[in-house]
Formats: sequence, structure tokens, C-alpha cells
Amino acid sequence: MAADEPLVLGIETSCDETGVGIVRGTTLLADAVASSVDEHARFGGVVPEVASRAHLEAMVPTVHRALKDAGVTMADIDAIAVTSGPGLAGALLVGVAAAKGYAMALDKPVYGVNHLAAHVCVDQLEHGRLPEPCMALLVSGGHSSLLLVPDVTSDVRPLGSTIDDAAGEAFDKVARVLGLGFPGGPIIDRAARDGDADAIAFPRGLTGPRDAAYDFSFSGLKTAVARWVEARERAGHPVPVADVAASFQEAVVDVLTRKAIRACRENGVEHLLLGGGVAANSRLRALAAERCEAAGVSLRVPRPKLCTDNGAMVAALGAEMVWRDRAPSMLDIPADSSMPVTVTQA
Amino acid sequence: MLLLAFDTATPAVTVALHDGSRVVSGCTQIDARRHGELLVPGIVTALADAGRDRAELSDIAVGVGPGPYTGLRVGLMTARALGDALGIPVHGVCTLDALAYATGRTADQGPFVAATDARRKEVYWARYADARTRLEGPGVDRAADIADGVAGLPAFGAGAALYAESFASVAGPEHVDAAALAELAVERLKNGGEFLPPEPLYLRRPDAKVPANYKPVTPN
Ligand SMILES: Nc1ncnc2c1ncn2[C@@H]1O[C@H](COP(=O)(O)OP(=O)(O)O)[C@@H](O)[C@H]1O
Ligand SMILES: [Mg+2]
Repeated sequence: MAADEPLVLGIETSCDETGVGIVRGTTLLADAVASSVDEHARFGGVVPEVASRAHLEAMVPTVHRALKDAGVTMADIDAIAVTSGPGLAGALLVGVAAAKGYAMALDKPVYGVNHLAAHVCVDQLEHGRLPEPCMALLVSGGHSSLLLVPDVTSDVRPLGSTIDDAAGEAFDKVARVLGLGFPGGPIIDRAARDGDADAIAFPRGLTGPRDAAYDFSFSGLKTAVARWVEARERAGHPVPVADVAASFQEAVVDVLTRKAIRACRENGVEHLLLGGGVAANSRLRALAAERCEAAGVSLRVPRPKLCTDNGAMVAALGAEMVWRDRAPSMLDIPADSSMPVTVTQA
Repeated sequence: MLLLAFDTATPAVTVALHDGSRVVSGCTQIDARRHGELLVPGIVTALADAGRDRAELSDIAVGVGPGPYTGLRVGLMTARALGDALGIPVHGVCTLDALAYATGRTADQGPFVAATDARRKEVYWARYADARTRLEGPGVDRAADIADGVAGLPAFGAGAALYAESFASVAGPEHVDAAALAELAVERLKNGGEFLPPEPLYLRRPDAKVPANYKPVTPN
């Protein structure tokens, strides 16, 4: 780690995680996360006002936990980065206010960055600088996109995305169908380990010859699972939860990896990167590795803790912007709940 | 002493700087939808106008509401971050107290009400004996529902203006001004008066609808 690399504190509050990360260049020093997920569980989804209140309470303690973990003081920080969008408007606003307050008080620049670009950039903390260009498959509770990334700080091009539910949303909804709890992703991942992925042939959305090559659709799959489960229940048969979970999960990751590999091949890109909460999925990681190997594409996947929302990913992108001499954001940047992925910085 | 005061609990994004003897600068913008954008630039402007540096700040006074949540949190989060990074205390002040203080009313003039818009046909309100003494509240209610309790009292603030029929009379100031907040806070600091913690006064539970029971997709 070079001492002249920028020390950046990153703040993430786009959903229900209050994340504060600290990096020096591409080296991870701290990744503190406070989650309000337990407060949302009984509602079966994230309640924006509950999340926003929790961010306000968690922010200062989480900043201090990160500073302590990193072994640095506030005065050492060179720049502050913050998710300015996309995400829940009220939740984003808390993080943006905190970032501006700290930046102003410390007289340091602030970088308002795109949450999706941050999910891509976080891999630098684990595997070094991103190859350029790389292909990113970004799959989370709110997004499922294939991105061609020539430069994560300034040039992110969406090739395709979901036309209905995000992949993580499908996991969450299917978990509800199976009565498994929230968030559904990790629970289905676990349940699927004891199941047979070939037990039920669930549909692969948007994989016909005329379908958009890089777009996704998971709402039909979710409905198919629900119909199948309801039919079993109505017939008075027990629902084979592990088999349903495994077969559903296979349908999702089969389509995701197939389209990602195709995007790499058709665009002459040699590196595929996975990011977002669903990239924590064990079967997605395994199948992507298998198919990348067969296609001669190098695969980069951050460890699961860095795939779900966190502040380190925001710090990573901020540090890259500082490193590349990008001008900081202004102190009047808004929280932009629908910030397009092509806008990497506010 | 250099006290920075601000409030984001109403449509006003208002900032003032007080040097211990008087308000030396201020910046107020009325825009209910842009608290997050306007507050920190407003603070920078107030400091620049007074020719002072953020490192000279000794205290922060922040309006803790009651107020609509999203804007209110901007003020509180900013205050906490500034206080934390600068290592200076953050004093919470009820926003309605600052509004009441700005009326300058004495006990001789009789009790009155300060009220701001709580949306959803309700007001945030409190009843005062004079500009410095709160008797009741803060609460959040429909103006008509508190009309009996505040019958015959004059009322101040945008919340009162919206439901003028519930009050004996309605007068300005319409919005809270951080200059009044700063003066009130400095007075309390000098007299050893009490502050609130920098916690938002939401007064309402979060809207959190439990989703309807799982609906089967196949009709019976
Ligand atoms: N092991 C997993 N398998 C599948 N999905 C997962 C797994 N872990 C997390 N997820 C899903 O990731 C989503 C959260 O992604 P994340 O990037 O943390 O948040 P956001 O969607 O707010 O950006 C949730 O839908 C969750 O179910
Ligand atoms: Mg995310």
C-alpha cells in the first residue's frame, strides 16, 4: 500500500444498510455496516421510513467503528464519498447529509457516486485495479443489469437489464411463497443445497431467439414457482422446499450466467465481474466460474460481504475518482433516487 | 463563542451565525423539497458573509422539530456530523420554541399558540405563556381537534395560517428563522437553560403497512 494513495471514507445508505467503509487506494481498511433488516423482516420488505430513521441513529457510531477498525483518525481522511443514488430517496438523503457535514467540517472534498458503479468498483479492494474494459453482471434486490465498463469512474454502459423484477426481488418473493422469511436470497441459497436443481423445469425468461439478448425477466419465473407450489398444496401434497428452491435458483443463475457470457463474447470482453447482493449466491458463483472457464473469460467475484451493500464499495469508487484526478462534487448535490447508471458521479 | 444555528423542520432552510452578542449573518431559503441541497451551502454562505471559519465554531443549535421527517433529518444529520467532526456540542431546540421566541410576546399579552404544517390535514403545535415559556405540547393534531383547548388564543406560524378558522387570530412570523433559534440558544446557554438531545421529534410512528396476506396467483 503506497502512503500517497488517497485515504477515503465512503458512506452508503441507499437501502437498509448503514455502511461506512475506509480504503486507501485499492486497500480495504474498514467495512462497518449497521443493518436495520430485522426491523423490516415482519413487513416482508424494506419500509423506507423505518430505514431512514435507522440511518440517522446509526451513522455517527458506524463512522467511529470504521475509523477505529481502520486505525485512522478523522483528520487523516483525504476525501469523503457517498452514494447519491439510485436508492430510496429518504434513506439516501441521510447519507448525503452526513457526507456533506463531515466534508465541510473536515474541509475535504466530497464525491457523490453512483451505487451501481460502486458495486462494480468494490472488486478492486480484493483483486486489484479493474481490467478495462470489463463486463459487470450486477444483481441485487433492486437491479439486474449487464454493464460494459470501460472506466468505472466515468464510462459505464448498460447493455441490458431486467424488464420486471430484479433477481434479488425474485429470490425474496419466492422465499415468501415458500414461507421462508426475509430477505429470501440467503435462505433460498441455503435451502437449495439439499435440493435437486433438476427436479422441476422452471422457465428461463427472455431466452428465446427473438428475445432481447441482454435483458432479463424474472416475474414469469416467480409466478411459475407460485403456481407450482399452490398446485401441490391444493392437491394435498407436501411441498419439497429444497427441490423448489434449488430448481428456482438454477433457473435464475442459468439465465444470468448464460447472458453474461454471451455479452462478453459478443463484445470481445475478456473479464466478467459479478456484483450486488445476489452475487453472494453460492450457485451463481459456482456456475459463473464453470462457464467462464469454458468460455475463456476471467471471472472476478468479490467475497460475499463486499457484494451486499456496504460503505467500502463507495469508498473504493471515491478513491478511484481521487486517484484519477476527477473533480469533486459540489456541496449542493441532491440525493437522486433514480440516478441513471450512466451517471457515475453527481 | 461562535454558535451556528439551523432548522429544517419546516419549508424554510434557515441558517444563522451568532457571536455571543448578536446574530452576525444568516441565510434563509424557502423550499420544502430541497433541504438536502440547500443546507450546507447555506452554512458556507453564512460563514463567508461573517468572515468566519468553520474551525472557529464553538456550538451548534439545531431545530429538532417536530417536522416532516425527510427534511427534518437533513438538519439533524448535518448537525451531528458537524458536531462530531468539529468536536463541539450540538444543542437541540424545539422548532416551535424558536417560532414562539420570534414573536417576542410577553406574558402580559397572554398565552398563544405556535403551529407549523404537519401535512395530512394536521398541525404540529404547542401552547406558550410568553415567547420563552412553553405550557403544552409539542403535539400533532387536526387543528379542529385542538380548537377547544386553544379557543380564543392567537396563533403564529404557517400551520395556524392554514387552519385560521380554528384560532382567534393568526399572525406572522410564518416560518421559523434561525436568527431567532440562535438568539434563543445563546440565551439558554448563558442562563444555563436546558436543551433537547439532537433527536428528531417525529411525533408519529413510521408509515409501515404490513403487506396484505400472501395472495395466490392461481384463482381458486
Ligand atoms: N446468497 C444469496 N443468494 C441470492 N440472493 C441473495 C443472497 N444474499 C443476498 N441476496 C439478495 O440480495 C439482495 C440485496 O442486495 P444488496 O445489493 O445488498 O441490496 P440492494 O438491492 O438494496 O442494492 C436481496 O434481494 C437478497 O435477497
Ligand atoms: Mg445494492
